[in-house]
Amino acid sequence: MTPPTNTVCNCFCILLTADIISTVEFNYSGDLLATGDKGGRVVIFQREQENKTRPHSRGEYNVYSTFQSHEPEFDYLKSLEIEEKINKIRWLPQQNAAHFLLSTNDKTIKLWKISERDKRAEGYNLKDEDGRLRDPFRITALRVPILKPMDLMVEASPRRIFANAHTYHINSISVNSDHETYLSADDLRINLWHLEITDRSFNIVDIKPANMEELTEVITAAEFHPHQCNVFVYSSSKGTIRLCDMRSSALCDRHSKFFEEPEDPSSRSFFSEIISSISDVKFSHSGRYMMTRDYLSVKVWDLNMESRPVETHQVHEYLRSKLCSLYENDCIFDKFECCWNGSDSAIMTGSYNNFFRMFDRNSRRDVTLEASRENSKPRASLKPRKVCTGGKRKKDEISVDSLDFNKKILHTAWHPLENIIAVAATNNLYIFQDKIN
Amino acid sequence: MHRLPLLMPAGKGSARRPSEMEDKVTSPEKAEEAKLKARYPHLGQKPGGSDFLRKRLQKGQKYFDSGDYNMAKAKMKNKQLPAATPDKAEVTGDHIPTPQDLPQRKPSLVTSKLAG
Repeated sequence: MTPPTNTVCNCFCILLTADIISTVEFNYSGDLLATGDKGGRVVIFQREQENKTRPHSRGEYNVYSTFQSHEPEFDYLKSLEIEEKINKIRWLPQQNAAHFLLSTNDKTIKLWKISERDKRAEGYNLKDEDGRLRDPFRITALRVPILKPMDLMVEASPRRIFANAHTYHINSISVNSDHETYLSADDLRINLWHLEITDRSFNIVDIKPANMEELTEVITAAEFHPHQCNVFVYSSSKGTIRLCDMRSSALCDRHSKFFEEPEDPSSRSFFSEIISSISDVKFSHSGRYMMTRDYLSVKVWDLNMESRPVETHQVHEYLRSKLCSLYENDCIFDKFECCWNGSDSAIMTGSYNNFFRMFDRNSRRDVTLEASRENSKPRASLKPRKVCTGGKRKKDEISVDSLDFNKKILHTAWHPLENIIAVAATNNLYIFQDKIN
Repeated sequence: MHRLPLLMPAGKGSARRPSEMEDKVTSPEKAEEAKLKARYPHLGQKPGGSDFLRKRLQKGQKYFDSGDYNMAKAKMKNKQLPAATPDKAEVTGDHIPTPQDLPQRKPSLVTSKLAG
């Protein structure tokens, strides 16, 4: 694959003005791209097949299905509003013609089946073509209905609803490699579900202290290992990651491995813990590494080494001198996600001002790109951006004080096989791909 | 070992190195911390647990009386529903808040940082 820092990006931009996008996820083949938004809707895009008559449409994504996944609810007992915002979507591996995905809001996880219908039965005996019932006494002959082709219809139906298992807000779901179970994590607990069973789940991690006054950290993300179905990790607001093995005990409160980077105590400040809080954790496709995102950096960890990460990539180190104002406007609590490319040679994460960053792990090069209307004409290449940290600002550079902190790219996704990326900028979804020669 | 996100009072903590004063000035993070302390002197001195964590866990809290709400719903059935949602400033008397009426804005962390 072409190194991402040399990526000449085609842009195929899709406008989603309806609501702020809250999650983006490719399926296992990369042919489908699902987005969830703040209004509880899921929109699935499908990649167009190669078409000889329209050579430029290779690989364009078009809307495949749209449905309302979650509705707002009100918990009267606890006086809590339950937002319909979709926190995460995870695809199941495809097993038949239909596609399945899990979508979750703060409290409830749903399994959706997305299926195509392109045939319709005609020639019923008891009803007309327009559905009106025929008078049975007038029927003199029997006929066998035949299947006729019809315009493709994509239907989404909820197959399972996994509810009432979380007191706190669900931040992660992860499908196991056994394709039968999945985990859901909230601030203090992680539950294990079977995809077929909705009335029961097993609690596998519980970090709630007996006395809530003693609460010092919360779970921020969790994920199953891509190949070992007994292993999962969860990250915390204190910047630590715990790897747990479900074979060792039923309740995985005690970790098998504990990953933490040692900190220089003299450099500790009020902000240290806040900016060390991990907002996302992702295993590499190989299963050998995992990546964590904290406020200012992305770190790659070797699962065999708990003492420190093997790589640290600075996302926007220039923000370190802005922490005071970022704390005041709450931006310091923004939860950025990160992702690997298919071969694990590159990683990507978002930043402010609609910037996103890609790091090539082999060449050690990185690039900053911008997802914005002005820069994203179809088939035009993206120009690398640069933030000026002080002193003289060169032409085309942008100074730290001019960054728009309301334009944050929290969610990005990388196609599992090709150099195609999806970047969510508030309520716009951008899809960039390598230019074909 | 639990490390609470509280500011350690001066004099405690790790031994001072001769260049620590210099570090305080040159480190951007420490400079930002000094700025914050200057604006909110009482920040971080509350004992027992973290404000951030508790705020996080309480997301979505709205106060709502279901009894009042249901009584009002029953009363409304006999009256005509108002044509437009009343202006919040004019809501007085026997208008019972519905879930939709409650303010969307969640209290900013800044106000709670200042309190107490």
